[in-house]
Amino acid sequence: MPANRTFDEAAIKAIIADMRSLDGPLMPILHAINDRLGYVDQRALPLIAQELNLSRAEVHGVFTFYHDFRKAPAGRHVIKVCVAEACQSMGSDRLVDHLRAAFGIGLGETTPDGRITVEPIYCLGNCALSPSAMMDGKLYGRVEGTRADRLVRSANLAAAGDGR
Amino acid sequence: MAMLKEQDHGTPSRVSEETVSLTIDGQPVSVPKGSSVMHAASLMGTAIPKLCATDSLEPFGSCRLCLVEIEGRRGTPASCTTLVEPGMKVTTQNDRLAKLRKGVMELYISDHPLDCLTCSANGDCELQDMAGAVGLREVRYGYDGQNHLGQAKDLSNPYFQFDPSKCIVCSRCVRACEEVQGTFALTIGERGFGSHVSPGMDESFLSSECVSCGACVQACPTATLIDKSVVEHGQPDRSVVTTCAYCGVGCAFKAELKGNEIVRMMPYKDGKANHGHSCVKGRFAWGYATHKDRMLKPMIRKSIREPWKEVSWEEAIGYAAAEFKRIQADHGRGAVGGLTSSRCTNEEAYLVQKLVRAAFGNNNVDTCARVCHSPTGYGLKTAFGTSAGTQDFDSVMDSDVIFVIGANPTDGHPVFGSRMKRRLREGARLIVADPRRIDLVKSPHIKADYHLQLRPGTNVALVNALAYTVIEEGLANMRFIEERCDPVDFAVWLEFIQRDENRPEAVAERIGVKADDIRAAARLYATGGRAAIYYGLGVTEHSQGSTMVMGMANLAMLTGNIGRRGVGINPLRGQNNVQGSCDMGSFPHELPGYRHISDEVTRRLFEAAWQVELDGEPGFRIPNMLDAAVEGGFKGLYVQGEDIAQSDPNTQHVTAALENMECVVVQDLFLNETANYAHVFLPGSSFLEKDGTFTNAERRISRVRQAIPPMAGYADWEVTMMLSNALGYPMHYDHPSQIMAEIAALTPTFKGVSFERLEELGSIQWPCNDEHPTGTPIMHESMFVRGKGSFVVTEYIPTDEKVGPRFPLLLTTGRILSHYNVGAQTRRTANTAWHPEDLLEIHAHDAEERGIREGDWVAIQSRAGETSLRAKISDRVQPGVVYTTFHHPLTGANVITTENSDWATNCPEYKVTAVQVRLTNTVSHWQEDYQAFREVARQVGPEEIAAE
Repeated sequence: MPANRTFDEAAIKAIIADMRSLDGPLMPILHAINDRLGYVDQRALPLIAQELNLSRAEVHGVFTFYHDFRKAPAGRHVIKVCVAEACQSMGSDRLVDHLRAAFGIGLGETTPDGRITVEPIYCLGNCALSPSAMMDGKLYGRVEGTRADRLVRSANLAAAGDGR
Repeated sequence: MAMLKEQDHGTPSRVSEETVSLTIDGQPVSVPKGSSVMHAASLMGTAIPKLCATDSLEPFGSCRLCLVEIEGRRGTPASCTTLVEPGMKVTTQNDRLAKLRKGVMELYISDHPLDCLTCSANGDCELQDMAGAVGLREVRYGYDGQNHLGQAKDLSNPYFQFDPSKCIVCSRCVRACEEVQGTFALTIGERGFGSHVSPGMDESFLSSECVSCGACVQACPTATLIDKSVVEHGQPDRSVVTTCAYCGVGCAFKAELKGNEIVRMMPYKDGKANHGHSCVKGRFAWGYATHKDRMLKPMIRKSIREPWKEVSWEEAIGYAAAEFKRIQADHGRGAVGGLTSSRCTNEEAYLVQKLVRAAFGNNNVDTCARVCHSPTGYGLKTAFGTSAGTQDFDSVMDSDVIFVIGANPTDGHPVFGSRMKRRLREGARLIVADPRRIDLVKSPHIKADYHLQLRPGTNVALVNALAYTVIEEGLANMRFIEERCDPVDFAVWLEFIQRDENRPEAVAERIGVKADDIRAAARLYATGGRAAIYYGLGVTEHSQGSTMVMGMANLAMLTGNIGRRGVGINPLRGQNNVQGSCDMGSFPHELPGYRHISDEVTRRLFEAAWQVELDGEPGFRIPNMLDAAVEGGFKGLYVQGEDIAQSDPNTQHVTAALENMECVVVQDLFLNETANYAHVFLPGSSFLEKDGTFTNAERRISRVRQAIPPMAGYADWEVTMMLSNALGYPMHYDHPSQIMAEIAALTPTFKGVSFERLEELGSIQWPCNDEHPTGTPIMHESMFVRGKGSFVVTEYIPTDEKVGPRFPLLLTTGRILSHYNVGAQTRRTANTAWHPEDLLEIHAHDAEERGIREGDWVAIQSRAGETSLRAKISDRVQPGVVYTTFHHPLTGANVITTENSDWATNCPEYKVTAVQVRLTNTVSHWQEDYQAFREVARQVGPEEIAAE
């Protein structure tokens, strides 16, 4: 991940100003920042607190509760591996190892070139086809053996297509 | 007294007309509607196991230990979140419930250190108690799984520590911070196994938004959040219920001790002023009481240039008495006087004024209320007939509109500030009139509807403009005025207020607030429901302080906002017993109970009781004493627990006066600044060392109980007694209760007050007499004490203190949460972690013009003097206004303030001083000279002299 990220205070303030009049504006604001900027910079939290008349602690509590709000930008493509009970029992560990062999990263990590992020998820509702994974919003079932290879290939292909 | 364990009913008490009857474990019980099953069970003596529930907090239902069975319902509902219903049949204990609870406890303990024997909460741990209650004998999961043990402690707060490895994530601390204190400094970060208590954004407690009120520590059921003093000393074994000696809120505390060693101060749930809440000062900053700076030996010296000589009590008292007598013989009876202390008890204040009137034979007695709320006394007495606030603190919970004028409750009166914030979160509207943006204007979940950021010194113009608007827009409560107020006074006032000079548009520019905002605030106050005014020294400490108090009284009467719950005019009084010291006759013109010294009937009453002839002429106020001393006619002063050399305005004038005196007797815990000019030092006793009573801002008389013996041998009342006896006027009391009996016998408003009655009722709000045998929470309910309420013409007269080319800025002064008054107490505690020095708040615009950056040394100069301190760039102040506190003696904030004062009461105009501010790299001449003098003046002579 890029080491020296600039903090776009103006963009964040604009998002807050845009949504602060909503009923219960904190979640929509966090979503908007996360979606538009790819993550929620820690420095944004006190700004949100100030504008919404909340404490820093409250904003922090909500922000850290949801894993999908990112503390740092993810890779351009995100593979989520289900590690809940059903998938664990059907070998999600092996899938994690497979991805580590392919990309050199474990759960919660991003490749140094910023192409791929692998992260854990707890149940995709696809238990009948365990182990499951999701890449860029697309669900994959029975991700073992050749199907795991195929997932890696799709990821590489997608990454290769970036910027074209 | 043995250790007092207060019962915890698990969920808050509910008040309801309706009661609900149900059966718990076969026993019938009736409780108010809205009560929880847990609360109902507790009332009948059944303690259902619980961890996340405590009766200071709303039920949460997370620990799953308080499960019960209810006939006809599925499952096992949590008794804390289940409300009672008629005919409900509850079972709190059977095999199934026991098994469930044990299972829950096993899970908790599987991730908890098993170090009970060496744990600081050993003996006071709810987790330990619950393990015992459910009969936990084994943990089937073992202890080897993933856990939270061995995490680093957060030791950043000077008073308490946070050990996350002992945390059970019950959220009691988070909820206490939100519900009780209203700061919202804590949260639960992350989720699931990662859940943890987070101050701010995973910051340390000290650097987070935490204000160290102690609510979280008190709420914690384990050793996770615990007082460092308990970690160090172990659990206390006895407790004494007493009253806090800091601000005018008057919180009830349990002093918890081991032998004569204080272990901690815990807020007392039954305290009517604080309901179990506290602030950083009362809860934690009590270390001054046994600080090494305490002076425990009497001392004398012939001249202030000489070192002090330690002597016996007899010699010190004898010397003081002889000097006072000599001065009176040489310079006349009126050449000496005394100051009562607003930090000492009612009984002690009473004795000092009695000494002055009976032993000195004059009325030269005054108190620090002179410099704080004397205008309140004058103004409210003139308008309503009593010199005190009209409501109890709980009244704020019925207010719909809260109008805060010149007060900073979250810093100055934090426990009441928290209550007010709770009401604001419930939806009350808020108007703040203050030159500075105090926290109430905007802080988490609090936002003022209107912040009238007026120019210092324009209060009266503002209050008149508000009243003008109410009249002009037809919002006056004419029925109230006709029924309750004096028609002649009202007619005269009405003619005055309708003058164009009071029209918002005419004065908006001078006040610095938009006319539209003035009008909108007036509408809200007049029509928003029950409206209450809370005010502080920002009202009184002005050349028109008394006028402003009457202006607010006019506004309240005009809108009928007086004489009921939720309304009223409420001074937030500064010191623990400033209300009491005023009640006790600490003024040169008034005997106890605010009766004029010239009133012959009252005087005869006291003369008969005291067996002495009293002077019918009012004596000197503090400023008169000081002026007379500078001129040479006033030579001796007995000062009990007050530091005029630091607290009073125009320091150089004060010290010149003190230097001119021949016998200054200081009775205090410490060598304070006034002691630098004293000839006799008599060691004082802290509130922990004596019996007596304090009266808080809501007129509540509460007991102060001796927790440890006086460290210097005598309580303050005994010292005054000895001095009086040495002066030749005999005083004999064996206990302060006898002094209170004398006060009650001589003072109609205190007629029903006695120590026995206080034991019975806990506390009493005066007036307490035959009509109101249990005291009076709300004043003026059916009629004003003076009969009809009086509207007083309150013409705005600008102060003489004006900005000009030499002094272009206005200085206003205030307080900060972590310090108290002159700081004599709080500076001797770890509270300095938050505020090590006084700072000058200055707006970026004014700072830039002068090349001042954050943290620079700046010189601040007025026509009275000059001093230096560090600058803090802040948008809390408006351009043209600078602000500082006066908690540190070497800052000398009062070197700057002037001799201007309230026209009626001489209360100094601390809040408005024209100044210039410039960059400097050095301390001022005053600071240099004073520092040098101070070093000499505080020397205590060598041991061998002391041993003579």
